Amino acid sequence: MAEKKLMKGNEALSEGAIRAGCRFFAGYPITPQNEIPEYMSWRLPQVGGAFVQAESEVSAINMVYGAGATGVRCMTSSSSPGISLKQEGISYAAGADLPIFIGNVMRGGPGLGNIAGAQGDYWQATRGGGHGDYRTFVMAPNSVTEMANFPHKCFEVSFKYRLPSMVLADGILGQMMEPVEFKHPEIDPSTLTEPDWALGVNNNRAKRIVKSYDLKEGGVEIMVNERVKRYRQIEAAETIYEEKMLEDAEIALVAYGISARVCVAAMKLAREKGLKVGLFRPITLWPFPKARLVELSKKMKHFLVVEMSLGQMVEDVQLALNGRSQLHLYAKPGASVITADEIYKAMDNIVKKGAKEYAAAK
Amino acid sequence: MQLLNKKPESLLDVKMHYCPGCGHGIIHRLVAEVMDELGIRARTIGVAPVGCAVFADTYFNCDMIQGPHGRGPAEATGIKRAKPGTIVFSYQGDGDLASIGMAEIVHAAIRSENITVIFVNNAIYGMTGGQMAPTTLMGQKATTCVDGRNAKQAGYPIKMCEMLATVDGATYLERTTVHNAPGVLKTKASLKKAFQNQIDGKGFSMVEVLSMCPTNWGTRLDNPSEATKFVAEGMLPVFPLGVYKDAQRN
Repeated sequence: MAEKKLMKGNEALSEGAIRAGCRFFAGYPITPQNEIPEYMSWRLPQVGGAFVQAESEVSAINMVYGAGATGVRCMTSSSSPGISLKQEGISYAAGADLPIFIGNVMRGGPGLGNIAGAQGDYWQATRGGGHGDYRTFVMAPNSVTEMANFPHKCFEVSFKYRLPSMVLADGILGQMMEPVEFKHPEIDPSTLTEPDWALGVNNNRAKRIVKSYDLKEGGVEIMVNERVKRYRQIEAAETIYEEKMLEDAEIALVAYGISARVCVAAMKLAREKGLKVGLFRPITLWPFPKARLVELSKKMKHFLVVEMSLGQMVEDVQLALNGRSQLHLYAKPGASVITADEIYKAMDNIVKKGAKEYAAAK
Repeated sequence: MQLLNKKPESLLDVKMHYCPGCGHGIIHRLVAEVMDELGIRARTIGVAPVGCAVFADTYFNCDMIQGPHGRGPAEATGIKRAKPGTIVFSYQGDGDLASIGMAEIVHAAIRSENITVIFVNNAIYGMTGGQMAPTTLMGQKATTCVDGRNAKQAGYPIKMCEMLATVDGATYLERTTVHNAPGVLKTKASLKKAFQNQIDGKGFSMVEVLSMCPTNWGTRLDNPSEATKFVAEGMLPVFPLGVYKDAQRN
């Protein structure tokens, strides 16, 4: 078994990105993700990489846009308000098919909100976030070990399909410490084949252009449709989820990230008290594991979505269930932490008191 | 027969979209001639702006990137830091560089980023159709100040070379013009120095080039001297030519 190291989530994400071949990072300070630029600032030079503290999140994402155009594995990170500022650059990267990697350590919002862990950026992350028709590949870790290992998959998918990818974490995962196991072999970027679109030093080849525009009539339509084909491939091949004790369950909890962690505790509590409860955890938020939820909805009576936001992912679950099962929501916005006891009470209400469905309540 | 002159290899033989009397074509050619003469074409990456020069990515015969409005210096920073062996230039207009991209240009200078910036100042937003720019002169008419720019409403024109000269990290800053032949020759020499500085690792260099926009100035398209006169009599007193910074760096 690989050696385990005690690490903070933000540091694990940084080290994981470097082990996945990241050699450029630009960022701007914002709580609760400051350990990422701090770690990158001393660690990247050790592996021959470059770190820049940008003057703003806007500039940081555009530095990454430039670095990404050279085919180098590169990253920026921020927390919710800063990710909003990065949306311009993320849209351009999507439009220019650049495989850049973004870490979002979510905090409470909207606006300046607060600095505690939250899940309010689900819509922003899974709907593109910036202007125009595009997708980003989004992974939601629920442990420090997953923070450490998800950058590997993000870079792999980003480079294979040419789109931006994101780890959508939160302030709790970013700040907490756990023993970490790095599961992937370290990637030496010099062994990677240079992409055939990368800008750089050339002597014999034709010039290359990285751009997101085409003013010819129908030009952007062709670009987007070509991209949609890759999105369909990602949906078919790269959807990841986890299931726990769903075989005999009457209630399926649906949660991602830190909420799913609390749901495991709630599930154990419920099982001890005789409630048949399981957990469905989307690991990729886009692509969302819709097909599996459709299957589960054919036999599962209740789904209880648990999220630390006003109820965002619940809409994706609702689309998947399409009225086949009863859908319920336990949501807490504003970076307020959900407890296992609260989730247990919500389940108890559903079973014993016939709590209203999400759709009816809405 | 003896060949006296030819199109630079660094400029593709394609039709440009620039209006009659516009200075971009001249400046493109000068940049391309400099790339040829310094032998850097095969390792140069150009950053095209948002604005009239957005299509520069299709005109220069080197690797090119086009990105968001005003972010050229940030993109150039990412490219240069990721691939230090390349030569990187950012080509920007006055709206791009001195308005929406003010933070990016100032901080690239602060970091003494080893890049070359070509700043084309024609005191107007060209691509969007003649709105007031941060460099629009006092009293100059634009579609968003139809009676002419007035200080109470819109403040004063920004002088980028003068401002950046206060930044320790700026290595070389010069303002030139392409409204007359001596100005064109001087601009080429300045561009060459700005690229040579980058080759020598000397840090941030920017050449501000005063340029014509007959279409949006409302000067006569069939009489280019009206536009060159506007540069000479309107712009030069506000934007004096010269070297604003030439720091010695190792």
